[in-house]
Amino acid sequence: MQKFDTKVQLLKYKVLREVARHAWNDTLLDHILDIPKTIVPGKVPTMRCCVYKERAILAERVKLAMGGGNSGNIIQVIDIACDDCPAVGYQVTDSCRGCLAHRCEDACKRGAISFDHRHEAHIDKTKCVECGQCAKVCPYSAIVNRKRPCQNACKIKAISINDDNAAKIDDEKCIQCGACVYQCPFGAISDRSFIINVIDMLKKSEGNTKYKVYALVAPAIGSQLNYAKLGQVISGIKELGFYTVVEAALGADMVAQAESKELTEKGFLTSSCCPAFVRYVKTAFPTLAPYISHNLSPMATLAKYIRDHEENAKIVFIGPCTAKKAEAQLENVKPYVDAVITFEELQALLDSREIDITALPEDVLDNASYFGRIFARSGGLSDAVAEGLKEQKLDEFELKACVCDGIEECRMALLKKNRNALDANFIEGMACVNGCIGGAGNLTHGEKNKAAVDSYGREALEKTILDAIAPLR
Amino acid sequence: MKVTVCIGSSCHIKGSRPVVEQLQELIAKENLGDRIELGGTFCMGKCQQGVCVTVDGEFFSVSTETVSSFFEKEIKARV
Repeated sequence: MQKFDTKVQLLKYKVLREVARHAWNDTLLDHILDIPKTIVPGKVPTMRCCVYKERAILAERVKLAMGGGNSGNIIQVIDIACDDCPAVGYQVTDSCRGCLAHRCEDACKRGAISFDHRHEAHIDKTKCVECGQCAKVCPYSAIVNRKRPCQNACKIKAISINDDNAAKIDDEKCIQCGACVYQCPFGAISDRSFIINVIDMLKKSEGNTKYKVYALVAPAIGSQLNYAKLGQVISGIKELGFYTVVEAALGADMVAQAESKELTEKGFLTSSCCPAFVRYVKTAFPTLAPYISHNLSPMATLAKYIRDHEENAKIVFIGPCTAKKAEAQLENVKPYVDAVITFEELQALLDSREIDITALPEDVLDNASYFGRIFARSGGLSDAVAEGLKEQKLDEFELKACVCDGIEECRMALLKKNRNALDANFIEGMACVNGCIGGAGNLTHGEKNKAAVDSYGREALEKTILDAIAPLR
Repeated sequence: MKVTVCIGSSCHIKGSRPVVEQLQELIAKENLGDRIELGGTFCMGKCQQGVCVTVDGEFFSVSTETVSSFFEKEIKARV
């Protein structure tokens, strides 16, 4: 059963599962210090130089699994887990054969390449601008980019190297997208978890009699935990003690409806669904912030609807996103969302209760339309806004959407907008490549995930946005 | 009067949208909009009996076929 993409995720999951097990049994405080040894029992190291270092790092992971950290940021570096990877940039390796062609020299516009007495190439780092052209043209692939995976993943350049040579996150710049979390091969960057808050909420609800605990699941669920049927996943979430499961995609339908109207009124808009994108606009392009749609995200919109009808409800969002954890702490979202966990964490919670979802009967999940559901993938939000215009008979307004797939494309579009050179009236901003299905909190990331979300969308009972939100008005 | 219709997954599949839409129409037709507060909720814990509806807290099981008689008897007659 393939549950994760990498062994880093597996390790993180083991920690979360152990922490959750103890939290359910009220034995966490007595056993915090035992967890590392439970996970790495013997004397033979399998990951690091010795079991003692392995356990020391695990102790840090336990802290994060319990919501701790050294700063307010959701994304945290575990200093002692950082392998201090080389970060010299483009470098000639011993695969250089000292050829005659010298394509590298011709490709380098900065004149940074020279040759030694054996005709082998060298890069003058005082001249090199890390453009990579030399590496592209070398017929022997002898030039490689030694860049840290975390820095490579962080397209907004929020990661630098501290005095101890470990990764350092600029908390002011960081948008909590989690790209570095997923990419660090040593698992040295991780997101704080709020699973024990959720367990506490579920326990104190006394079987949903004191208050009801709602699970809002993100539409990316259509591509996740797919070793079981979606209906079984829903049964599993209820088995954990949630009162009911509602599709956050219904919130997306509500947003699509409101956002398409807002667009016709304002003439230009950026989306507000992706919290990492919103934070990026606010921090890196503050002059464009007024263009961000005033709608809350689908998560917060739906949570607000539930809260407005049931004041003492507890609302937990389950999704693919680490930035949602930060969104839930914003002043305008905090009143509605009580906790955010990821699909990774959901898997750990299920296994901490030894719930085998493949053995459960299939429950149903159906609240949203096709359009609400496809918010989970790049382009879906723009399709939904186009549909929203059509359904509200606002289609004399010509939608020119700029679909930004990943934060780099968002940056390009925002730069253009800043110079008034963007040929579009709507920016769909998604910080993760492929949209939410590329989120760091997913268990798996694969080429089939987009198709999986589309097919989940097509299974929706309601085919239009208006039909999906009809009962809410 | 407060009328709440379950729009959770199970009731949704059993037709809570047409039930809500018919209730909205009937309320508008009888001009009862200012006296009836129609709302939604996501599960009443009685999924087997859906579509679940409560009238001032009292539980009813309604379907698209029975919604108009339900409206006459339990809503219009009581407001």
